Amino acid sequence: MTSSAKSNLLHFGMLAGLVILFFILPIYHVGVLSRVMVMAIYAMGFNLLFGYTGLLSLGHAMFFAAGMYGFGLAIKFGGFPVPAAFVVGLMSAALLALVVGLLALRTAGVAFMIVTLMFAQTAYLVVLYFGKYTRGDEGFILQQAERSLFGLDLTSETGRYFTAFTLFAVCFIALAKLVQTPFGKRLVAIRENEERARMLGYDAGRYKLYALIVSGTVSGLAGVSYALLFGYIGATFSTVQYSIFPLLWVLLGGAGTTIGPFIGVLFMFYLIDISSGYTNAYMLIAGVVLVLLTVFAPKGIAGTLKARAFPWLP
Amino acid sequence: MVAMNILETKGLTKTYGGLKANTDIDFKLTRGKVTALIGPNGAGKSTFVGMVSGRTEATRGSVLFEGEDISHLPAHRRIQLGLAYTFQITSVFRGLSVYENVELAAGRTLADRPSLLKAKVNSVLERVGISDRSNQISGDLSYGHQRILEIAMGLAQDPKLFILDEPTQGLAETEVDAFISLIRSLAGETTILLIEHNMKVVMATADFITVLDQGMVLAEGSPEEIHENAAVQSAYLGTNVDA
Repeated sequence: MTSSAKSNLLHFGMLAGLVILFFILPIYHVGVLSRVMVMAIYAMGFNLLFGYTGLLSLGHAMFFAAGMYGFGLAIKFGGFPVPAAFVVGLMSAALLALVVGLLALRTAGVAFMIVTLMFAQTAYLVVLYFGKYTRGDEGFILQQAERSLFGLDLTSETGRYFTAFTLFAVCFIALAKLVQTPFGKRLVAIRENEERARMLGYDAGRYKLYALIVSGTVSGLAGVSYALLFGYIGATFSTVQYSIFPLLWVLLGGAGTTIGPFIGVLFMFYLIDISSGYTNAYMLIAGVVLVLLTVFAPKGIAGTLKARAFPWLP
Repeated sequence: MVAMNILETKGLTKTYGGLKANTDIDFKLTRGKVTALIGPNGAGKSTFVGMVSGRTEATRGSVLFEGEDISHLPAHRRIQLGLAYTFQITSVFRGLSVYENVELAAGRTLADRPSLLKAKVNSVLERVGISDRSNQISGDLSYGHQRILEIAMGLAQDPKLFILDEPTQGLAETEVDAFISLIRSLAGETTILLIEHNMKVVMATADFITVLDQGMVLAEGSPEEIHENAAVQSAYLGTNVDA
């Protein structure tokens, strides 16, 4: 079997597994998986920029929030139907990514991290400043009637799970395909050696901008999905914490791998979930596990599997 | 009409603060020939090709490629016009396989034609003699093989002008011989600008030689003429021949 056949099998097998899990898991874990899949979309968006292009953004929460608020405010104040609000959310994130990209990509390395962090902080303050509409930290709720999509009841576990699954599956397959295209390979080339890529005639600046736009839009889609499925929109999602989460997830799962982001989110969620069942000091346990993983598996879970056992892993 | 000189520079100058790395270099490169650029360490050879390829911004002067002024084009645009560059310090995509490295080089023009791309990559790997290593991660290759991979990445672009910045530096004697025959086999196919310290390579491959010293053109001519040139001998040996 060729490695691309193996990775197809893995990808579709994983999606099939997620469908099966819905029917065999207790309801609590079904709810967890819905949330994990939405956050995995966020992690995958981040991974395109960090894992494949080699750009570390510390401000991705602004894209998540742009999607979330674009969607939520369009419904709340614009009276948009859900599909239109969905598009508004995506456009908000894409536009923000374009603007931030044009400015922040003039820097590189540590400066890029700081600039993106600052932009995200500004985005957070903008959310608070317009508290009259955004309700600031307190946030606002979208009622069930306001977010029914094509007659689906998104407050039921079934509707929620399969909507999350569909959105996740589309992003997962699309991104897995994208990184195999010449465009995706050029992003990896820029990550590996930007100067060399430029001296092969590739406009590295343009590729990085495109990567940031796609990454920001996918992150925005995660924000839209969260608002759609869980009905809550709040400033918490634009805090620096939500910019750090995708970095942790992707590092844990394996940067620059297709399955890494999902694994990272899943692992992190259950790590906190299980350890908090034993002690109040669960963050201590989570911290120790994270340190151990970075020491013994610096490439993350999927990255280590790829290096040690399965070189074909996409 | 095709210009006889594929590359021309006029008054090309680079200063770093008060330090003049290159001063008013007027240089012509004949199409289809191998021209070697030699000179003692610090003569400004790398600065010069940096300005030609677009890696280094010129302080003043102009670069003409096929008669067109490219002085203000960014590096990637110059490469797209048909210029290929290999780095003095080996620069490959270390995390990617040999095949993927060459694929990226050839893929700029062939990416949308997969079967042509594949044939191109394989033929280039075959030509430089590393096809048996195509699946190896390039960072794991020996230094000599990485240098050969760099050359393969240049060839894969079918360049009109191929700039090689000290390609044989650090190669073993047998590898140098293989390199000489590779360059000879390219004669007529493309134009080569070779920056080289190894005089054996220069004498065996170059049709023309330009000598740089202290950022200026010291001498130009055929290998024989350069060999006999007193000024060149004094620059290299650090002695005054007349004395």
